[in-house]
Amino acid sequence: MTGELLNVEGLTKAYPGVVANDAVSFAIREGEVHALLGENGAGKSTLVKMIYGLVTPDSGTMTLHGAPYAPAEPRAARAAGVAMVFQHFSLFDAMSVAENVALGMEHPPALRDLATRIRDVSETYGLPLDPDRTVGDLSAGERQRVEIIRCLLQDPRLLIMDEPTSVLTPQEVDILFTTLRKLTAEGVAILYISHKLEEIRALCDHATILRLGKTVGTCIPRDTSARAMAEMMVGSAFAAPKRVGRDLGAVAIEVSNLSMSAPGQFGTALKNISFAVQAGEVLGIGGVAGNGQDELLAALSGEALAGTEAIRLKGEGIGRTGPSERRARGLLTAPEERLGHAAAPDMSLIENTVLTAAARENLMRNGFLKWGAAEAFTRKIITAFDVRTPGPGTAARALSGGNLQKFVIGREVLQRPEVLVVNQPTWGVDAAAAAAIRQALLDLAANGAAVICISQDLDELMEISDRFCALNEGRLSDIKPAEGLGVEEIGLMMGGAHGMEVAHV
Amino acid sequence: MLRLEKRPQPSKLWTYLTPLLAVVITMIAGGALFAALGKDPIAAITTIFWEPLFGEFAFYYRPQLLIKGAPLVLIAIGLSLGFRAGIWNIGAEGQYIIGALTGAGVGLAFYPMESWVIFPLMVLAGALGGWIWAMIPAILKLRFGTNEILVSLMLVYVAEKLLAAMALGLMKNPEGMGFPGSRNLRQYESAHNAELITGSGMHWGVVAAMIAVIFAYILLNRHILGYHIRLTGQAPRAARFAGVNPARLVLFCLGTSGALAGLAGMFEVAGPAGQVSIDFNVGYGFTAIIVAFLGRLHPVGILLAGLLMALTYIGGELAQSNLGLPAAAIQLFQGMLLFFLLAVDVLTNYRIRLSRPEVV
Repeated sequence: MTGELLNVEGLTKAYPGVVANDAVSFAIREGEVHALLGENGAGKSTLVKMIYGLVTPDSGTMTLHGAPYAPAEPRAARAAGVAMVFQHFSLFDAMSVAENVALGMEHPPALRDLATRIRDVSETYGLPLDPDRTVGDLSAGERQRVEIIRCLLQDPRLLIMDEPTSVLTPQEVDILFTTLRKLTAEGVAILYISHKLEEIRALCDHATILRLGKTVGTCIPRDTSARAMAEMMVGSAFAAPKRVGRDLGAVAIEVSNLSMSAPGQFGTALKNISFAVQAGEVLGIGGVAGNGQDELLAALSGEALAGTEAIRLKGEGIGRTGPSERRARGLLTAPEERLGHAAAPDMSLIENTVLTAAARENLMRNGFLKWGAAEAFTRKIITAFDVRTPGPGTAARALSGGNLQKFVIGREVLQRPEVLVVNQPTWGVDAAAAAAIRQALLDLAANGAAVICISQDLDELMEISDRFCALNEGRLSDIKPAEGLGVEEIGLMMGGAHGMEVAHV
Repeated sequence: MLRLEKRPQPSKLWTYLTPLLAVVITMIAGGALFAALGKDPIAAITTIFWEPLFGEFAFYYRPQLLIKGAPLVLIAIGLSLGFRAGIWNIGAEGQYIIGALTGAGVGLAFYPMESWVIFPLMVLAGALGGWIWAMIPAILKLRFGTNEILVSLMLVYVAEKLLAAMALGLMKNPEGMGFPGSRNLRQYESAHNAELITGSGMHWGVVAAMIAVIFAYILLNRHILGYHIRLTGQAPRAARFAGVNPARLVLFCLGTSGALAGLAGMFEVAGPAGQVSIDFNVGYGFTAIIVAFLGRLHPVGILLAGLLMALTYIGGELAQSNLGLPAAAIQLFQGMLLFFLLAVDVLTNYRIRLSRPEVV
C-alpha cells in the first residue's frame, strides 16, 4: 500500500515564450490521494497532460512501478494503467451511457456485456448509473459518473481528476468522495487537481504545490490551513475580502415572473423567476452549471429580450431594451465566457474596452471613437485590477484566463454601475486575484450599487452575499439570508443530489 | 518533420508579408503553367507584370490601370465591409449590372437634353440601383432567414437576363440600325463620364474609388459602426453582448456594397464602356472578391490589390495577343493568386516549426 507508484523527476516543458514546467519532481504512492495545487498558469495542466501522454516533455523522466514510463499518446498511458477524468466531458448527448463508454474503449465488448460490467462497477463503487439512459438526459453529476466509470473499466492504477467537483452540488461531492476513498482502499492512486482548498483538506493525503512551473513545496493538507496553502500557491500573503456593514437603499432591480423558452436544444428555459435587489446589497445565485445561469445573465444583459415589466430597473420596465440602452441606464453585466462573449479574442484590450465602455466612459463623440481616451481607461483597468499584460495593445486571447477575467470584471466595475450582474466572476482565477475581485464587488456594493453574483463557487457566494438563492432547472429557489445558512440547506436549494443515490454496498 | 504552432497573437509582420509571398508563389506556379503550355515563362511573367508599366507601350497601358482598377477597388471596398462582419455578398456583379442599367437609364431618358444635373442624377440612380438589388438578399435574409450568399449570387443571373433584355429592347438605340445595345453615352456630353485629365485614365469612378478607400478606412478605424462590423465578424456573441443590432448591420453592409457596386457599374457604362450592351459585364464583381481578400479586407490593401489585379488583366491581354497564351490560362493565373493567398494565410496565425521526431 505504501509502494511508490509514479515518480516524476525533473520534468520540463517549454512553450514559445513560457516555460510551463521547469524541472518538476514529485512522487505518488499507491493508494493515496495526491493533490496538485497551483494558480492558473502554474503548470498543472501541462504536468498532467505529460503524465497522460497528451504532451511530450522536453526533458526529465518518469517511472511507473519502478519501470521507465514515457507515454507517446494517451492510449499508451491507459495501457500502463493511467486514466484521466477531464474537467470538460467528452460525451455524446444523443447516445446511451453504454454507447458512450464503448466509444472510449480500444476493444469494446458487446453492448450487453458492457452494460453488465457498467452495472457491476457502478454498484461496487457506489456510483449507480443506468447503462441504457441517454446521456442528454443526465445531470452534470451523472455525466461525470459516466466518465469515471469509463476510466474504472480500464482497471487504472492511477486516476487523474481535473477539477471534478466544479459541477457538483455538496451532496454530489460527498458521494464522489466516498467513491474515491473506496478506490484508494484498493490501492488506486488519485492525482487530484482542484482550486477548492477545503475539499483538498478533506480528501487528500499529500499535496504538491506548483508556482510558475516549478514545484515550490509539499504539504499534508489535513495539517495545513486553507489559507496557508493559498499563500504557498501565490507566494505571498494576501488580504481576505472584508465586508463592512452598510445601509440598504431603494430597490435597484426587480425581476418578476420572468419566464423564457430555452434558447437551443440543450439550453435551459427560465421559469417564473422573481427577485429584487436593493442598492448596497449583494445577491448570490448558486446552482450547478447548466441550470439557467447563462440564460438568466442574457435576460438581464439584454441579449435576450423579456416582457417590458419582467425586469424593472429603478422602477422602470426595461425588459425589452437592448444591451446598450441598459448600460446607459446603469445596468452592467459580465458574462461567464471570457473569450468570445465578454471579450473578442483577436482584438486588443483597448478595443475590448470599447466593447462595453464606449458610451458610459465617454469614449466616442458622434460615433467617432476616441482611441486615446479608450487607451487611458484601459490602462486604468490594468492598474486598478493588476492585469498582467505586456500592454493595453495586447490581444485578449494572449492573456491568461485569470488575467482576462480581471480585465473583464475591472472594465465593468470601473464604469460605476448602479446594478452589476456577474456570472462566475472568479472562475479560473487564482486565490489572490479572486480575493481582489470579491473585494471589488463588496466595495461596489458598499458604495451603493446592487450586485448580483451568479456563481458555482459556494464559498465565494457565502463570502460576499447578503442573501442567497439557487437556480435549479431554470427555477429560482427561495431567497434566504446568507448568514448562518448551512451546507445541507444550500445543497437542497441547489436541487439536492439531482436524483442521484448512493449505492449501499 | 514540419509542425504548425499557433501564435499567441496574429503576426503583424506576416499580415503584410503574406500577400507579397502569395504574389511571388503565383509567379512561380504561373511560370510553371506557362512553361507547360510551351511558352517562355520569364517572357510571360514580364509581359504580364512589366510591359504594361514600363514597356514600350506603357503610355497606353498605364491609364488602363486606373480604368480597370477603379471598379475593382470600388466594389471590393464595399464587399470588404460585409466580409469583415461575416455578411457574404457574392452578387456584386449583379449589383454592378443593375447600377449600370439605372444610371444609363436616367441618362438615356434625358437624351438629347444637355444639362449639368444629368450626370449627378445618373450617379445617384446608379448607386440606388445597386442598393436596391442588394436589398433583395438583405430583406430576404432578415425576413425569412435565407442565405445571402445564394440569393445574391442567383440575382447575378437575373441581372444578366435583365441586361440582355434592356440591350435588345427598352434601351436599344433607335438609330442603331437594329444592332443590339444602347446609344453611346460617350457621344452624349451631359452623360459622359469623361477623362478628367486627358491621357491619364482618371475619371469620376477613380475619384469615387479613392473617396471610398478613405471613407472605409475612417469607418473601420475610427467609427463605432466600423468597430461593430469588425466585432461581429470576429466574435458574434461578443457583438450581441456589446449591443450590436445584427439586422441593422446586414442592411448597412449589403446596402453599402450594393450601392458601391452600382456606382462602379454606372461609371463604367457612362465612360470606358460607353453603352449598355449584352456583354457589358466582364466579371469585375467576382474579381473584386479576390481583390478584397488579396487586400486583407483592409482599405489600403484593397487599393493596392485592385491595382495589381488590374495589372494582371492588362498584362494578361497583352500576353494573349503577344505570346498567344489562352485566355483560360490567364484566368487560372488570377485564380492562383487567391488560392495561394489563402494558403499562405496560415502563417499569420501559425508558425512553422521543424521538430525532431517524437520519442515513442
